[in-house]
Amino acid sequence: MQPIHLAWVDYAILIAYVAFVVGIGWALARYMKSSSDFLTSGRSIPTWVTGLAFISANLGALELVGMAASGAKYGIATCHFYWVGAIPAMVFLGIFMMPFYYGSQARSVPEYLKMRFNEPVRALNAVAFAVMTVFASGISMDALARLLTNLLPWKLDTNILGMDFGSYDIYLWICSGVVLLYVLKGGLTSAIYTEVLQFFMIVLGFAPVVYLGLKDVGGWHTMNHSLQGVATNPAALYLKDAGTTYAADAWTSAWKPVLAGSANNPMGVDWFAIVFGLGFVLSFGYWCTNFLVVQRAMAARNMTAARNTPLVAAVPKMLFPVLVILPGMIAIALSSMPNKDYRIPPPIVSQENYVQAVEVLKNANPADSPAAVKAVGDALGKKVAADKIASLVAANAASKLSDDQIKRGLYNSIAENDYNSVILSLLKKYCPPGLLGLALTALLASFMSGMAGNVTAFNTIWTYDLYQAYFMPNKSDAHYFWMGKFITVVGIVLSIFCAYFAKQYNNAMDIIQLVFGFVNAPLFGTFLLGMFWKRTTGIGAFLGLFGGIASSAGFHALTTTTSNVDAAGHVIKGMKGGYLHVVQAFPSEMAQNFWLAAFAFTVCFVLTLVISLATRRTKTDEELKGLVYSLTPKIKDENQAWYLRPAVVGTVLLIGCVILNFIFW
Amino acid sequence: MGLDIRWPIGLMFSLIGVLLVITGLVNGADARSLNLNINLWWGMILLVFGVLMLLGATRSRKTPPPA
Repeated sequence: MQPIHLAWVDYAILIAYVAFVVGIGWALARYMKSSSDFLTSGRSIPTWVTGLAFISANLGALELVGMAASGAKYGIATCHFYWVGAIPAMVFLGIFMMPFYYGSQARSVPEYLKMRFNEPVRALNAVAFAVMTVFASGISMDALARLLTNLLPWKLDTNILGMDFGSYDIYLWICSGVVLLYVLKGGLTSAIYTEVLQFFMIVLGFAPVVYLGLKDVGGWHTMNHSLQGVATNPAALYLKDAGTTYAADAWTSAWKPVLAGSANNPMGVDWFAIVFGLGFVLSFGYWCTNFLVVQRAMAARNMTAARNTPLVAAVPKMLFPVLVILPGMIAIALSSMPNKDYRIPPPIVSQENYVQAVEVLKNANPADSPAAVKAVGDALGKKVAADKIASLVAANAASKLSDDQIKRGLYNSIAENDYNSVILSLLKKYCPPGLLGLALTALLASFMSGMAGNVTAFNTIWTYDLYQAYFMPNKSDAHYFWMGKFITVVGIVLSIFCAYFAKQYNNAMDIIQLVFGFVNAPLFGTFLLGMFWKRTTGIGAFLGLFGGIASSAGFHALTTTTSNVDAAGHVIKGMKGGYLHVVQAFPSEMAQNFWLAAFAFTVCFVLTLVISLATRRTKTDEELKGLVYSLTPKIKDENQAWYLRPAVVGTVLLIGCVILNFIFW
Repeated sequence: MGLDIRWPIGLMFSLIGVLLVITGLVNGADARSLNLNINLWWGMILLVFGVLMLLGATRSRKTPPPA
């Protein structure tokens, strides 16, 4: 990636943003008087603020980058992650689950599990979640430091106390330092406030880029028209292997290609995997049990505000595809238009390799193009499009091309796409200085708030669910307040270590994320039974959860994707599953993932059910009051205005969601 | 919490809006943004947004919200 030139105004915007977030931390510091002020915001924040923070905590930079990448790879079907995989779960959380989380006075999701079940279930959930948040914030910071190193022209190599530091280290430490400053000062409230700031930065920073991109491709209809051409020959843009072809609407319809079967859509999934695997298990498991987002709703000032938090969040979530998925589709449409001189950037190739490849190409023999193609490909270290190299060799033989022209030709002939750089390439293409600063600051803001969000969830879980529960119970609040601050620093330092770990061992990081996938997949089964069936016992919940985790690991060991099996029937990469035996090969990793979740959930659900029936109840009806649906008095809100009643608002949202699905059917 | 979030949001976007408007006036339209003076136009929109947020914050300060 070429470093970009930033003007003074871009730096000014960046500095202004950093100054404001640190300023917010400072301004909030005087309200931090107890551990609950610091760790749970003292339950005092208005709905619209918690709502936007709720959605912002989910809209991390990796989500932004990843959704644009999926928009390019799969087209409008990516919206299923929003309209199927988010809205229903958010509405369910608001209407049915928040009353237990908020009403039980639990300070965290694991604490609710302790109240409902027992200590082991809480410990399992708390430890897994704490480790996960640290890794998540480490991954986010690693991505940020890499981005800045590639993007900014500064060479910051320095030597401090005999140790060498590169630009990567400096960016990592500075950004973590900024996060530390404002989180340590203002606690969860700081994190929530900066998330709201980040929400507006993202919306107002990306909207003009989407507008310009859409205008450039000639509007919505022209874009769809070019995407239909792409769908019939996706190999031309290196989207799929040569010979793959789809119906014309594969990139422009959300449901038709999915209903046509997993072989007929670029995602490689069928409707059942989407509806049950994504829409039910994964989505409800994430939105309804992940403390990172639920914590925002728990910080609301009263029950109505808490229940309305995910509903307020659902409105922007429903519309976000315009901001995060559309750019990917625009990028594909642009790539298919020869006069736009744009392609999805290929994976980074070093300058030395380019120079080498240019030399190879100049000396290539036009009569023997297969040899030339192979030599150029080897010099670049990437897969190249044979026809493009051959015509480049021929063009150079006919009349000498300049080095720059050859390099440009090589760039266009690399037959791989780095989808994750779609967003950045569009920013570079359309943003003049000024707007560029705004959009880049928005991206940076979401990376940093990704760290802040995870660290504020981590410090609460540590202080209340591990430290207070198992190490030092019955201390004064001042003690826990101090611990909350101390562990915030520790959390940031651990995140930095994780960032270095991610930088060093990319594969190890993939394995860790895989394992967290196993842990999370069955979780919703435990919550569903726990909240809606009073007969569920602690032993049943614990063993069910454990069985669910084991079953997802087992499922992964026995299934893989078709592309991961070679001609002889052997598995190529154990990481992608099937390392014990291949019982089933799915058409895509996404399909494997959705089915894994569905399987783990079912195992957890059935195990919990059966074991609960076989074991004795340890909690009486009286103890479960406020924790289980049938034993909790229904909330009366008939006298509230209709727009404050979760059931009414939720229904309106669901209807809106169905309408959207039909419009883009 | 005692701090109304609309103050920092309003101040920040007003400031960024002004910066963009100035950039737009100085640099004019840019080929990258399809010969549209996007800085000028978008800067004005940000400024309006920022001022609206500040107005909201001042109004609610005059009438304290019910506890």
